[in-house]
Amino acid sequence: MALRELASLEKYLGLKKPNKYSTQGDKKVPVLQNNNAPPLVGLVTIACHLVKEAKRPELLGDGAEGRAVVQQWLEYRVTKLDSHIEDTKSILKDLNLYMQDKVYLAGNQLTLADVLMYYGIHSIILDLAVQEKEQYVNVARWFDHIQHHPGVRHHLPPVVVLRNRLYTSRHH
Amino acid sequence: MELFVSEGNPHCLKVLAALEVTGVQCGVQFVNHEGKVVPFLPRPAVPTLFLPSGQHLFSSNTICRYLFELNGPESSDQCNQWLEWEATILQPALLRALHLAVLQGKGSEVPKVLQGPLNVLDQSLVKGSMAYLTGEAVSVADVVLWGALHPVLSVSSLELSDHKSAKAWFDRVAAVRGCQSAAQKVLQGKGLEAMKSYMQKQPAPQSRDTQPCNSSPAENDEGERTVSEEEMEAAALTWSKDLNACSYPAEKQHPVMPQEGNRNVLITSALPYVNNVPHLGNIIGCVLSADVFSRYGQLRGWNVLFVCGTDEYGTATENKAREEGLTPQQICDKYHAVHSSIYKWFQIDFDFFGRTTTEKQTEIAQDIFWRLHKNGFLVEDTVEQLRCENCQRFLADRFVEGMCPHCSYPEARGDQCDKCGRLINAVELREPQCKVCRQTPEIRSSKHLFLDLPKLETQLENWLERSTSSGDWTANAKQITRSWLRDGLKPRCITRDLQWGTPVPHPDFKEKVFYVWFDAPIGYLSITANYTNEWEKWWKNPHQVELYNFMAKDNVPFHSVVFPCSLLGAQDNYTLVSHLIATEYLNYEDTKFSKSRGVGVFGDMAKDTGIPSDVWRFYLLYVRPEGQDSAFSWADMALKNNSELLNNLGNFINRGGMFVTKFFGGCVPAMELQQEDKKLLAVVGWELQQYIQLMDKVKIRDALKHILNISRHGNQYIQVNEPWKKIKGGESERQRAGTVTGVSVNIACLLSVMLLPYMPAVSQTIRDQLNAPQTCINTMLQGPGTFVCALRAGHRIGTVSPLFQKLEADQIEALKKRFGGQQPEDEPSNKKITASTQPAAVPAPPVVAEMKVVDGSDPEKAKQLAEAVAEQGDKVRALKSQKAEKAIITAEVSKLLDLKKQLALAEGKSPEPAPQKGKKK
Repeated sequence: MALRELASLEKYLGLKKPNKYSTQGDKKVPVLQNNNAPPLVGLVTIACHLVKEAKRPELLGDGAEGRAVVQQWLEYRVTKLDSHIEDTKSILKDLNLYMQDKVYLAGNQLTLADVLMYYGIHSIILDLAVQEKEQYVNVARWFDHIQHHPGVRHHLPPVVVLRNRLYTSRHH
Repeated sequence: MELFVSEGNPHCLKVLAALEVTGVQCGVQFVNHEGKVVPFLPRPAVPTLFLPSGQHLFSSNTICRYLFELNGPESSDQCNQWLEWEATILQPALLRALHLAVLQGKGSEVPKVLQGPLNVLDQSLVKGSMAYLTGEAVSVADVVLWGALHPVLSVSSLELSDHKSAKAWFDRVAAVRGCQSAAQKVLQGKGLEAMKSYMQKQPAPQSRDTQPCNSSPAENDEGERTVSEEEMEAAALTWSKDLNACSYPAEKQHPVMPQEGNRNVLITSALPYVNNVPHLGNIIGCVLSADVFSRYGQLRGWNVLFVCGTDEYGTATENKAREEGLTPQQICDKYHAVHSSIYKWFQIDFDFFGRTTTEKQTEIAQDIFWRLHKNGFLVEDTVEQLRCENCQRFLADRFVEGMCPHCSYPEARGDQCDKCGRLINAVELREPQCKVCRQTPEIRSSKHLFLDLPKLETQLENWLERSTSSGDWTANAKQITRSWLRDGLKPRCITRDLQWGTPVPHPDFKEKVFYVWFDAPIGYLSITANYTNEWEKWWKNPHQVELYNFMAKDNVPFHSVVFPCSLLGAQDNYTLVSHLIATEYLNYEDTKFSKSRGVGVFGDMAKDTGIPSDVWRFYLLYVRPEGQDSAFSWADMALKNNSELLNNLGNFINRGGMFVTKFFGGCVPAMELQQEDKKLLAVVGWELQQYIQLMDKVKIRDALKHILNISRHGNQYIQVNEPWKKIKGGESERQRAGTVTGVSVNIACLLSVMLLPYMPAVSQTIRDQLNAPQTCINTMLQGPGTFVCALRAGHRIGTVSPLFQKLEADQIEALKKRFGGQQPEDEPSNKKITASTQPAAVPAPPVVAEMKVVDGSDPEKAKQLAEAVAEQGDKVRALKSQKAEKAIITAEVSKLLDLKKQLALAEGKSPEPAPQKGKKK
């Protein structure tokens, strides 16, 4: 999974030569094989490295604070979302509250945090019933926005998010 | 900038160390573990750094990195890599280690748990031969890893003798100015002990070798699972085995008694309270779940007894009687019959469905009472109780309402708050009101008997330790029990000033009856006693009998703490619960089911919908609140019926049978297994194994998904092999069509057995249609699962007909309206205590507008999807022309089909599976 994500990220970043990857351990942690440097291990580490390589620093956030918020959500992605310690409901709840007044996870533009969170949460959103998507309306809105960002979606099928509400009597 | 930390939280150590090492100016506030600092996180998240911009950082590594970057350069790739490794690999291991050392007193197992990560650290230091992890100077990586490891390494007796480089590095970082003082602030010099209260609030870590089977089931990874040659051969070998010749008796011999040498399983489901009609939440929470497991147990060849009954004593009954102008006994008789008929309609196959208002109940309850009394586990005390002068009686808990003293919820009941879930003593309620007349009740005192729970606590803990570690307790059951014990047990009153109950036999308390919580669980015993005089062979036989209790989570404390204490204190070798299976809550559409408020679909209405009982069972089990709350929704029910039952399961079973009838004159054709067929058998066998493993652990909802996976595989298999085309071809093609058809009907036969616990009627119908031998029932689920060819070549099948019907959107919409699915919940003033059997009249939503959306019609999406379908179609054609590997083509084809289905949905059509067209010609 992680490898496919990285391949999509490479395409999104417009990197010309695809890198070589392998995986490590039973958790299938991705490893980036590097010709003139030691290999890099870990999804977020590699992703950040690729962004720097592509000279797209804006994807890592603006200034120290902005960068920290991006890192915050990248860490959330690999610790909470990927670990199965938290159940999906509570993750959706967290994000839904957080996204209440936000368009992107960090700052006012698309960052790596949005891209990786989108890749990671895709399978969860895909499984949601229409009603649940409405329950997590802010997440659904963000998700739909990101999946339509040019060049982001790549290996993932689009998920239908309805714009008009079916279950209007739900109290938020 | 402000940093929020708490004592004894290991993550705070890193952050404080980073703060000291970097010398960043920042306020530090100590809060408790439950401190809610981040406004958008519902859970406490400490440490948290509140940034000047108003944003929060709530992950410790991010905070550390930020502190370092404020005064220095951006962290390097190497640093990032260590931080990610710490968060994803080291932390889970540390959490397990701390759990073992701090909570379970198993410090000796810590080295084993940490060995892997410590090896990685050590080797990397050896290879790098630098002073610190990323160079010759301290970086954020050093501080984070040191902070993470400090509690276990410096406090526990863990020696790093095998990891010399790691040891040297660890000591070097410890000497960095600021590190030690950070450790002192968090651990207070108390060592691991300081983390106890923090660790108790953490969820128990999962060990790595257990698959996270409680999260979403296998569907996601199945694409990546490869089938080995050995698996295929093994599956083919099993397939060729014979059916079990010896069939166990098809009909149970009553009374069922424990048998030497067999697994004796006693199943109870929480006793439904008699004065109301049970709602769907009650049904899935106890009786239906227990029924599925009981039926499954029989298929596995266990000796199963399944008992239940109505809980009939208490003021609620008295009150209902007054309301309807009947005696309490008449009310019980009336509603007991209502319950019976509902469960009968739902095909709940109790071995005995009794009631608590019997002679045996009095006899057994009084016996337990006297034993507790004799053994000194009862104490006397005066109690303050609420009395309503207007109604001239003491008010039972459920007849008082007021504001919750804990969370200020205005509609808390006298026994429990619906909002925060805490138990309440009725006199603690703020602004109490009598629920009948709305007057304010007065507090009066009266003398009562208490069960001395504190005195039984040690015994209880010893037993719980054994039972929860050897039995299958659901996570919520363990957690609720643990939290009860953590708060400490208090004596609990077992008597009440009421009339309708089991009389207290003690002469000093003769006007009183037993409190229902004491009395009701004894109902399990007395109901069994009404079933057989030899009831003690089940209930006083802990060595031969395994007891499963099914319930919703609100009932857990009574079954895990209070009732076991009664039985332990009575000291009569009682059978205590071995497996406590608790569900979460099932919500109804957008609100809560509530017995007392009459919100939701009730058992007796289900049959008036015209939807078959099996479909109800299927859907309720599909959304069984297993591990987390779930919701009943009409639209979702229609969707699941149409997609899973009709298009997936029903379609597959029907196709196999139809092919046999149409192409092979009703006789199963000869089958020559090829590699592809063996692969399918192996895949189906694997799903069967998963099903059995999950069912053995009472993961009923998760197991159901594996049934549906099998028919999905089956549909794909038919789809790829196109027997309806091959049958028109040459000899070898016709033979291929025969094999595919034969394998398919045999899978259908297997499915009928796996479905039996869930949909008993459908299961039987399938076997009738296939004319399958009854012996297949007790063959397929033996051991780890045995998928044999039950319908051999030449076997004549019966008449095949469709199993399921489509639920139309307008039909569902009508039902939703008719059963008041949109009852407003904000009308506290005129809610009724009775369960209204009348559908609430609710204005219809604008049907036309809504219908369109229910269909999911969306022209914009349709356009996109049409393009995607075209693109995918090209891809498939290209692959086929390149003669690509079959598996790849299959995968791409299924993607194509899926896209087409989505397209159909987006165009507002019902997603008819493509094969239908081809085969019905």
